[in-house]
Amino acid sequence: MEPVFAILVGALFTVSIYLFMSKHIIRVLMGAAILSNAVNLLIFTAGRITREVPPIIGPGVDTLSASAANPLPQALVLTAIVIAFSFFAFLLVLGYRAFQKLGTDNSDEMRVAEPVNEPAPPLGY
Amino acid sequence: MRTVIFRSIAPYLTSLMVLFSIFVLLRGHNLPGGGFIGGLIAASALAIYGIACGVAPVRRAIHFHPMAISAFGLFLGAGAGVLSVFASVPFMTGLWTYPTLFGVELALSSVLVFDIGVYLVVVGAIASIALALEERDRD
Amino acid sequence: MSAAAPGTTFTLLMLPFLAALIAPWLTRRLGHNAAWLLALVPLAIFVHFLGFSSEVANGEIVTGGFAWVPSYNVSFSWLIDGLSLTFVLLISGIGALIMLYSGGYLKGHVQLGRFFSFMLLFMGAMLGVVVSDSFLMLFVFWELTSITSFLLIGFDHTREASRRAAIQALVVTGGGGLALLAGLLVIWNITGVSQISLLLILGDEVRLSPFYLLALLLVLGGAFSKSAQFPLHFWLPNAMEAPTPVSAYLHSATMVKAGVYLLMRLNPVLGETIWWETILPVFGGATLIVGTLLAIRQTDLKLMLAYTTVSSLGLLVMLTGFGSERAVAAAVLYLVAHSMFKGALFMVAGLIDHEAGTRDVTKLGGLRKAMPVTFIAAMAAAISMGGLPPFFGFLAKEEIYYALWATDLWSLAFVATAVIGNGLMFVIGFAVAIKPFFGPKVETPKHAHEGPVLLWLGPLTLAAAAFVAAVLSPYTHQLISSPMASAVAGDSQTVTISLIPHLGPALTLSLITIVFGVIVYRMLDRARDAMARLLAAIGWGPDRGFDQVISGAVRLSGAVTRVVQPGRMDFYMTVTFIMIAIALFAPMAIYDEWPDMPTWPADAQFHELAVFVIALVGLGAVIYARDRLTAIVSLGVQGFAVALLFMLFGAPDLSFTQFMVETLAVVILALVMTRLKLTASDHRSTQEKVLDMSVSLACGIGFALFLLSVTQQPFDPFISEFFAAYSKIAAHGTNVVNVILVDFRGTDTLGEIAVVMVTGLAVLSLIRVRTNWNGVAVADNDPDGREEGR
Repeated sequence: MEPVFAILVGALFTVSIYLFMSKHIIRVLMGAAILSNAVNLLIFTAGRITREVPPIIGPGVDTLSASAANPLPQALVLTAIVIAFSFFAFLLVLGYRAFQKLGTDNSDEMRVAEPVNEPAPPLGY
Repeated sequence: MRTVIFRSIAPYLTSLMVLFSIFVLLRGHNLPGGGFIGGLIAASALAIYGIACGVAPVRRAIHFHPMAISAFGLFLGAGAGVLSVFASVPFMTGLWTYPTLFGVELALSSVLVFDIGVYLVVVGAIASIALALEERDRD
Repeated sequence: MSAAAPGTTFTLLMLPFLAALIAPWLTRRLGHNAAWLLALVPLAIFVHFLGFSSEVANGEIVTGGFAWVPSYNVSFSWLIDGLSLTFVLLISGIGALIMLYSGGYLKGHVQLGRFFSFMLLFMGAMLGVVVSDSFLMLFVFWELTSITSFLLIGFDHTREASRRAAIQALVVTGGGGLALLAGLLVIWNITGVSQISLLLILGDEVRLSPFYLLALLLVLGGAFSKSAQFPLHFWLPNAMEAPTPVSAYLHSATMVKAGVYLLMRLNPVLGETIWWETILPVFGGATLIVGTLLAIRQTDLKLMLAYTTVSSLGLLVMLTGFGSERAVAAAVLYLVAHSMFKGALFMVAGLIDHEAGTRDVTKLGGLRKAMPVTFIAAMAAAISMGGLPPFFGFLAKEEIYYALWATDLWSLAFVATAVIGNGLMFVIGFAVAIKPFFGPKVETPKHAHEGPVLLWLGPLTLAAAAFVAAVLSPYTHQLISSPMASAVAGDSQTVTISLIPHLGPALTLSLITIVFGVIVYRMLDRARDAMARLLAAIGWGPDRGFDQVISGAVRLSGAVTRVVQPGRMDFYMTVTFIMIAIALFAPMAIYDEWPDMPTWPADAQFHELAVFVIALVGLGAVIYARDRLTAIVSLGVQGFAVALLFMLFGAPDLSFTQFMVETLAVVILALVMTRLKLTASDHRSTQEKVLDMSVSLACGIGFALFLLSVTQQPFDPFISEFFAAYSKIAAHGTNVVNVILVDFRGTDTLGEIAVVMVTGLAVLSLIRVRTNWNGVAVADNDPDGREEGR
């Protein structure tokens, strides 16, 4: 199944990066949400795909059966999902506040920190 | 979205979801579940309650500020790690004890305490974000 | 030595740093009288190290220290021989006097505590430089002296001249420090030792190495910048912007001698080569002449002294590199003499400035009656500087002429240089000591009278010390000069010069010097005008060059910043992703590791493929959605599809989490978006769309190929198997994912939940914050508070 996953991961990355390069922060936000999916799926697939057998040790045995899914990428991805979500929420609020303050969601018009005609740095000491 | 039906069932739905989240949390060590998932379920429950009945009732219902819950969770998680100091083992080593209560053997461990910490952090932080966003809705 | 001695030495070396911590507090409680207490710190160091003198005089080397980074064989260790000891005694002895002098000079200054603190920091750093045995320690303390010097020069930070001088000193000496580090690393590389005590016997190895010249030039870069050798001399006179105690201490007696110290220290290692014996005398001699000529031009007492300091440093470098043993002895004597008389004269200049309100020599006169003690100290110091008996400067000057005198052309050139330099320094010394005190009384901005004891104690003590050291010259030589000369020369030396003059070329040269000096002194005003005209004719100098370099750097960085950071986010994003695409394709292209063409998975089932299709459709809808709600819902669709994939491929934990997260994300996105008048549709021009689409396609294909080639490699399940095997046995849990999270990798998870909590806090504060920065210009350098509302 890995090639199919690779295609989906590629598609996720393409869409997310395409959205990232937009000037509208709402699209950038959606790009960030998709990017986390892309990366999670990348890690998940790199740990190899197994069908339907969760990494849970069955009753009466002491070790995981060989047919079970690889638990390691799952552990990595699980925390990544939650952190990506908190980060997404932060970005969302940041964009929201920026829109309230600056009245625009176009990144080209957000020039408070880097004004268009910034004066040259002072030459004195 | 504040229909009568939604408002009426929201408290029950929320209670059920919180109960379910605790169930998911506690069984997490042996079956699918755990602190992260449980925390997210509980946070969603609070968010639903907030959408249905307004944020103020939610804040009253959980009594503490969500970030305080989150901070307490982090404290608990770190504390579970520090516990291992008293057993002279490296930081974060799992410690287990099996007390028998009313004839039932319970498996208590520092790992469980840590997972509860994770649960509280996730509930607190995510609920705090969700509630804050819902609150801004009305100003 | 007793067993406790290393501990005591270490404590005393650290004591200035500790005292620097409590100095501000002490000054708040005691005012300027804290100087009396703080002066005990250098005094204690002086007394302790004096205890080493008998051992060192016997030719022993005292070492000690502690391991610092044992894995790199780096230690915190010290080395006390004649050279270090003399420097330590000068630093701590003059330091004690300077602490007292500072208390009087800056009495009532608001930042007196800070000043004391900086001075003590510097003292600790300087002591560290001269006792360090390991290269790294030497470098760290070396740069620390540059930094404290920066802080002290810029002490009066409200004036632009101070700030400029401070930055200039930092750039020149700090940059030199980096050259020094490189040089030391080269030496380390050649010899494999990083300790000076071990290096001293490996001189031949260094000299014969092909990297010798590189090491030498780098080390000289450090030493010359620190010791203000021409053409890097310009920072030192500018450093006179600092309060006078700083000038007296750092910029005449101690810090600027660090370069000379380094040359003397490395003389046994790098010396005795043609390069060493050419570069040092030539640059030293040039500095000597340039310094004295520029000193003649000045009317400010401090600037006159500063330029003669430059020339004295030139003389020291010249003598150190001259190559004969007598020259080393002369350098040693002159170094000690110079620290005493120049420190004293600087303090006198500050005292005059403090009491009379000006230090312009043309506006001063007749202060002899008003300030008798100052006058005595000034005269004594000037006599020593002029090289007249019965002061220590006389011994130094005689020894210099003994050392230089020979009848070949090379030596004669340096004899002439020394005679001119000494003669002009004689002129400046007496100009400082005589002009303000003799002649008709001139009205000064302040009514001049004798300063308080804190102020005149220092110069008087130093002048007296120069006298005592000369009269008791056999003892001085036994304790100080001979051990130090031995350390510099690398073998046993005995200095014998005494106050009784011997008829011969040295005495004749001394007389010529004095006659020359007296002649120039009588026509000082005319010489000054001539120099002023000459300098005006030249116009450009390294000082102005420094300004041009700095403003050029600022302009260049401004221009580069405007190009590299135009302030457009989509530009940053495009550049970043182009780089990522290159990073993905380049290794595969270079190493020809393209993945094999995959075969269609035969076991793919219909419901699985359906989920993939749903995900792809969701993705397409996100891009092409006409209104925002459709886009948000499509975002949810692809998220749920991914969650389903997790479910289908054995990751129920992930699946549940993903479901919850996607739900919450869609809900809060919808919550926020419904409140904003935003469109989610694309506003890019076709051209931009094509560019962005090709970049994102390149990245996407790159990642897909990358993932393909990863999965086509054999899988190493080592770590996963560990978890699978021990999850139940060792950690008592059957859900391996959860066991990894909360047990095996619990500390990681602790960090991750901390991140989640901090994000929650950040979101909360973002929502709560009441912004008020609209329209306020951000000034990053506004020390004068010109900005409105400050």
